[in-house]
Amino acid sequence: MLALLIRDLRLAVRAGGGFGLGVAFFLILSALVPFGVGPDRAALAPVAPGILWVGALLACLLSLDRIFALDHEDGSLDLLATAPLPLEGAVAVKALAHWITTGLPLILAAPLFGVLLQLPPAAMPWLIVSLLVGTPALSMLGAFGAALTVGLRRGGLLMSLLVLPLYIPTLIFGAEVTRRGAEGLGAATPLVFLAGITLGALALIPFAASAALRVNLR
Amino acid sequence: MSLWEYANPVRFMQVSGRMLPWVAAGAVIGTVGGLGWGFLTPDDFRQGSTVKIVFLHVPAAMMAINIWVMMLVASLIWIIRRHHVSALAAKAAAPIGAVMTLIALATGALWGQPMWGTWWEWDPRLTSFLILFLFYLGYIALWSAIEDPDSAADLTGVLCLVGSVFALLSRYAVLFWSQGLHQGASLSVQSGERMSHVYRYPLYLAMIGFGLLFLTLLLIRTRTEIRKRRLAALLARETRA
Amino acid sequence: MIDLGRYAFAVLASYGIGLALLGGLVWHTLAANARARRALETHERRSDNG
Repeated sequence: MLALLIRDLRLAVRAGGGFGLGVAFFLILSALVPFGVGPDRAALAPVAPGILWVGALLACLLSLDRIFALDHEDGSLDLLATAPLPLEGAVAVKALAHWITTGLPLILAAPLFGVLLQLPPAAMPWLIVSLLVGTPALSMLGAFGAALTVGLRRGGLLMSLLVLPLYIPTLIFGAEVTRRGAEGLGAATPLVFLAGITLGALALIPFAASAALRVNLR
Repeated sequence: MSLWEYANPVRFMQVSGRMLPWVAAGAVIGTVGGLGWGFLTPDDFRQGSTVKIVFLHVPAAMMAINIWVMMLVASLIWIIRRHHVSALAAKAAAPIGAVMTLIALATGALWGQPMWGTWWEWDPRLTSFLILFLFYLGYIALWSAIEDPDSAADLTGVLCLVGSVFALLSRYAVLFWSQGLHQGASLSVQSGERMSHVYRYPLYLAMIGFGLLFLTLLLIRTRTEIRKRRLAALLARETRA
Repeated sequence: MIDLGRYAFAVLASYGIGLALLGGLVWHTLAANARARRALETHERRSDNG
């Protein structure tokens, strides 16, 4: 499992773009919003938590098809399916690799973009915590979407249609944590819900995703 | 003789063919009767004539949810027992569910405009229905994207299971996220006693009508799918020969 | 004609849109069914003759 993780990470680094692209997209999105909303601090601050969360979600979506597509093309996915490692484990590891290459950079970059969007300083720790807790679910659900559409030639657009509705609960609770943090309210309740969704997704989605992969590899 | 015999496509075609005229007649009576009767009800003292929209809105909303549940059950039957008719029925139901959701949303907006003073409000119920509509769209899109019918049935089945969990999660997440304008139970069956008889009976009739209408359309659409599948099988056999 | 009062637009539009959507769905269902049946019948007849 560790070997697979290291292999995936190495591939992502070598292919380039894996780290950079998501963060660059996130940066552009954060830079575009003030152009649309106006530079006013009073207008930006209330929407900042939501924008940051939506941005993280879309940036995460960008690189999802890389989870399985390349391995499907060169046949290594078939090898993984027949390997002694259960496919569920392989799916989880691949989602973890996706999280490390996309989710983690986003979390590290988020406070910076929070400054751009006039996010109140009080909300910063909450933003980081909520992203830290929520983004693993995004990667895991994304792996499910990628597994569903892996065999399709133009699966990218379809995958966003399938994955984005699944992201709604995570988005709601994640943005809620940050918003409550910004307003100085207790943010523990949504944070617990967010963690619950993430843990549930981590526990159950690998089974669904590997079931979908098996169908696609048939 | 067990229930599973109907899972045989030939048997299903026979039985559904015999059932269809009756179910269709019931659907026409229920839908036309319920809606017509509803249209002729007197105005409500608070809502005025907009109360007539209820007879479209509530049955459509009810069916939108029930059809998703039916798809979930059909998907489970397909995944567990691999009856083709079940998978095809789930496929056939999805567009009906999507249209029902759309009707519920459209009539809700038209009712909300004069009553709440807004076409759209990010209220839990409205938002949940929008999310439900997105799930229907994704489900239909996945069906039409995959060529091999068995793979498509498997993948959409898995999507339906996961989607159901997340649709339910969204429902409660949304509840947490916004307190709504939508009246809780005053329009639903459970508290029908809060509605006057004048409105209750046509509403029941319309609900039965919509249920039968769904059944009619579901049977026809499933028959269509079976025929398509049979034609594809015949063509495949010919090209092989 | 019944008097719908000042909400006439909302009521009529609701019924209009609702019935139009239902009608479209019914029409699409029947048309697809007829198409599938015709295709299957012509095919079966052809293979019987040939």
